[in-house]
Amino acid sequence: MADTASGVPIGRFRRVWLYALCFLIVLFLVLPTIIVVPMSFTGSRFLRFPPEQFSVRWYEVYFNSVEWRDATWVSLKAAVLTMLVATPLGVLAAYGLHASRSKWARAVEVALIAPLILPLILISIGIFFLYARLGLNNTLLGLVLAHACLAMPFVFVTVLAGLKGYDMNQERVARSLGASRPVAFLTVTLPQIRFSVFSGALLAFITSLDEVVVALFISGGENATLTRRMFTALRDEIDPTVAAISSLLVALTLTLLALGLVFGDRRAGGRS
Amino acid sequence: MTEAANSAALAAAERREARGLFLLCSPAVLMIAVVVFLPIGWLFALSFLNEQGGFTLDHYARMLHPAYTRSFQTTFELSFLVTAICAALGYPLAYLMSQTSTVWRALIFVCVLFPFWTSLLVRTYAWLVLLQRRGVVNVWLQDIGLIEAPLRLVHNFTGTAIGMTQIMLPFMVLPLYAAMAAVDRDYVKAAASLGASPLKSFWQVFFPLTLPGLLAGTVLVFVLCLGFYVTPAVLGGGRVLMWSMSIERSVAVYSDWGAASALGVVLLVVTLAILWIMNRLFGVERFIGGR
Amino acid sequence: MTASRTAPTVTIREVTKTYGRFRALDAVSLDIAAGEFVTLLGPSGSGKTTLLMVLAGFVRPDSGSIRFGETEMVLTPPHKRDIGIVFQNYALFPHMSVAGNVGYPLRLRGVAKAEIARRAEAALALVQLQGYGERRVDQLSGGQKQRVALARAIVFEPRILLMDEPLSALDKKLREQMQIEIRQLHERLGITTVYVTHDQREALTMSDRIAVIDQGRFAQIDTPNRLYERPANRFVADFVGESHFLPVTVAGGVARLGDRALALAGPPPMSDGAALLVVRPEKLDIVEGAGAGDGAGNRIDGVVEGSVYQGESFLLQVRVAGGERITMRQPTRREALRRLPQAGEPIALGLHPEDTILVAAERSA
Repeated sequence: MADTASGVPIGRFRRVWLYALCFLIVLFLVLPTIIVVPMSFTGSRFLRFPPEQFSVRWYEVYFNSVEWRDATWVSLKAAVLTMLVATPLGVLAAYGLHASRSKWARAVEVALIAPLILPLILISIGIFFLYARLGLNNTLLGLVLAHACLAMPFVFVTVLAGLKGYDMNQERVARSLGASRPVAFLTVTLPQIRFSVFSGALLAFITSLDEVVVALFISGGENATLTRRMFTALRDEIDPTVAAISSLLVALTLTLLALGLVFGDRRAGGRS
Repeated sequence: MTEAANSAALAAAERREARGLFLLCSPAVLMIAVVVFLPIGWLFALSFLNEQGGFTLDHYARMLHPAYTRSFQTTFELSFLVTAICAALGYPLAYLMSQTSTVWRALIFVCVLFPFWTSLLVRTYAWLVLLQRRGVVNVWLQDIGLIEAPLRLVHNFTGTAIGMTQIMLPFMVLPLYAAMAAVDRDYVKAAASLGASPLKSFWQVFFPLTLPGLLAGTVLVFVLCLGFYVTPAVLGGGRVLMWSMSIERSVAVYSDWGAASALGVVLLVVTLAILWIMNRLFGVERFIGGR
Repeated sequence: MTASRTAPTVTIREVTKTYGRFRALDAVSLDIAAGEFVTLLGPSGSGKTTLLMVLAGFVRPDSGSIRFGETEMVLTPPHKRDIGIVFQNYALFPHMSVAGNVGYPLRLRGVAKAEIARRAEAALALVQLQGYGERRVDQLSGGQKQRVALARAIVFEPRILLMDEPLSALDKKLREQMQIEIRQLHERLGITTVYVTHDQREALTMSDRIAVIDQGRFAQIDTPNRLYERPANRFVADFVGESHFLPVTVAGGVARLGDRALALAGPPPMSDGAALLVVRPEKLDIVEGAGAGDGAGNRIDGVVEGSVYQGESFLLQVRVAGGERITMRQPTRREALRRLPQAGEPIALGLHPEDTILVAAERSA
């Protein structure tokens, strides 16, 4: 019968169909990615579900391959450095914009989220073109700078949202009590928006780690990223090693997400 | 202190503060300007230059060549199809999320966000594994006797559409859900109390109120599809040539910067035009912010 | 704890602040004596909070001067003004304990740890929260939060205390209790205080002087008593207390209500022409019999339209001869209830000359 909580009446019969349909859609969203994990523990060259015999063969291949290991190392370095560059820049910009009453604020905001809106392929060839002139192609510095441009908007948007939910009167009080603006920000504002900063940093890390298109153009040689090598491997043949790497990446993102949730809950608990 | 001097000093202090705050934005703005805007501007100029450095529209004229027009056609067809399927799948899911209990809602939310957080490449790879000739889907379909020979599910239009739909679906569901959660339940209750049947109150009251969310999701998915590279490149297996792949090939294979720039500029203009028009007409901006 | 430093005077001169075309403050000037408790009273959007923010240094005026004592402060950043501030929403720091909040200004000033603890506890004692130091901010009630905010604002013995509607989030009983407490605290510390509220009763209860502000200008600056008994214009009479206005004419130094000359405590405060008689409900008396208009008081005739019983008093709605409606308030004492007039009865109301206030007909400029 009618769901009293929502107020929109749906007949029971239609309700069953709706739940069934949505169940299938949710499976469609989640299952294909999840199913790769058990499949990666196969001993054969062909990926089957369920796997015919359990084996960590492809994980061994991954861990014993210098190429894959180097690529992983490059990706992790780039992701950490991207996070370290993008987070302070994003936080500073978000604070500056939030506190500013300038008529240019809107234009600055659009400019800072532009990398999210502009077609990625265009940004990629643009950076490739620029780096060719600056000699930054296939360098870690170039990679980090490019990824920071893609990741910074996420930090910016997340922290700006955090600041909008933050009571600026706290900072005003701190300032009138004798704190200069930077001191008030560090001792009062930053601790309040730390969760936004943390999730922004996490997003920056993941953005860099997962990024493919820009890396395809500007990362190569000894500075080729993991995703770039995976992409190349995919175009040639279905290498089961990639299934093992994918499973590891899924595990890593889920760990990071869980970490984010734990930190998020603590904040929510502290507020209520 | 005379009043004029005082107001000049106050105005100067105000400007100093504004400059200080802008200075905080400047590292980020500078980085984006140099790494993103500058090269795009450069490519824009390049798209109008011939090899001798004179002005030309040749690069744009060449886009009328069938090799390019076919890729535009593929891109638009695929984008329309994927957007339509996303809307068809996303609406019921978002609807259920807005109607169901908190626990179910949280559960579905996690499932919708899960693909958001997992690597795009991993998800694309998963589809490749599932849909290949001897992949899970074909084996199962053969096992239950639905088909005799394996279907061609990947390295073609079908596989690309399936993979892209899964990847784009969250971008449809989130703005839709935001719009539905914002619908004032009292409207629907009022319609029901006035004697409208559930179906009627849905179509005449609820659906129109969620239309902005649907439009926002549609625009977002469509625009993202237009410039999509990774998934079509992997699942299309070289047989589905998208706009973005034409750009990539012009650079990587032919080193034809003029053509790549012109293709990129038109893609940019089309993307911005769609966003601008939709924002003008429906104010979809508020649904798109954030990830 | 006592105010060790002498409290400074605050001099506000010709302060103007515009937002685009909107004039939030229009060349306002105000002198606040050392140790004085001044309330800025006005409706929302009148500019009272803007003026407070100008005093605190968070809003920079377009022009004008703010002096604490002899020192020009208008260009001084907030953290060098030595001001304690309390906001309506408390603005406590949720990531610090109560003692952490109260000790915050002392830590900024590099006070030794033991001294911080001692002074924070002393400040908490002043607001009756001794022993609350270790509590988390979210374990406090609204009233306790506001007390912590107050302790934090006074612990470093600021030169000036600013309060922006600090009590409006509290319920009525607690609010009235806190009004008295803040007032007593002020008397003890002698700290120059500027208090912002839209609640006229709160302003009357707490202040040495009240500055009524309307559309970015002061409508009247006066003691609570004079503000209420001698409103300078229609806006103040209307905003402070309850008033009805009856049109009168002034000619040759004599004010007339209808054709009856009004007895006034002094000459009419305006030149000849139209004016308004301020009628406050509680200033009216019922005049028994026709002959009671005996020179001492002014008499207003009308017809009772209805009465409302309100517990401690009742309100009579009266339509006067000119057609305007006024109300009168009578305490519900026995004898008053016994002779309660009925609807439709003619009635004569008396108004003492001391309570017969005239204001200019237009809203004051």
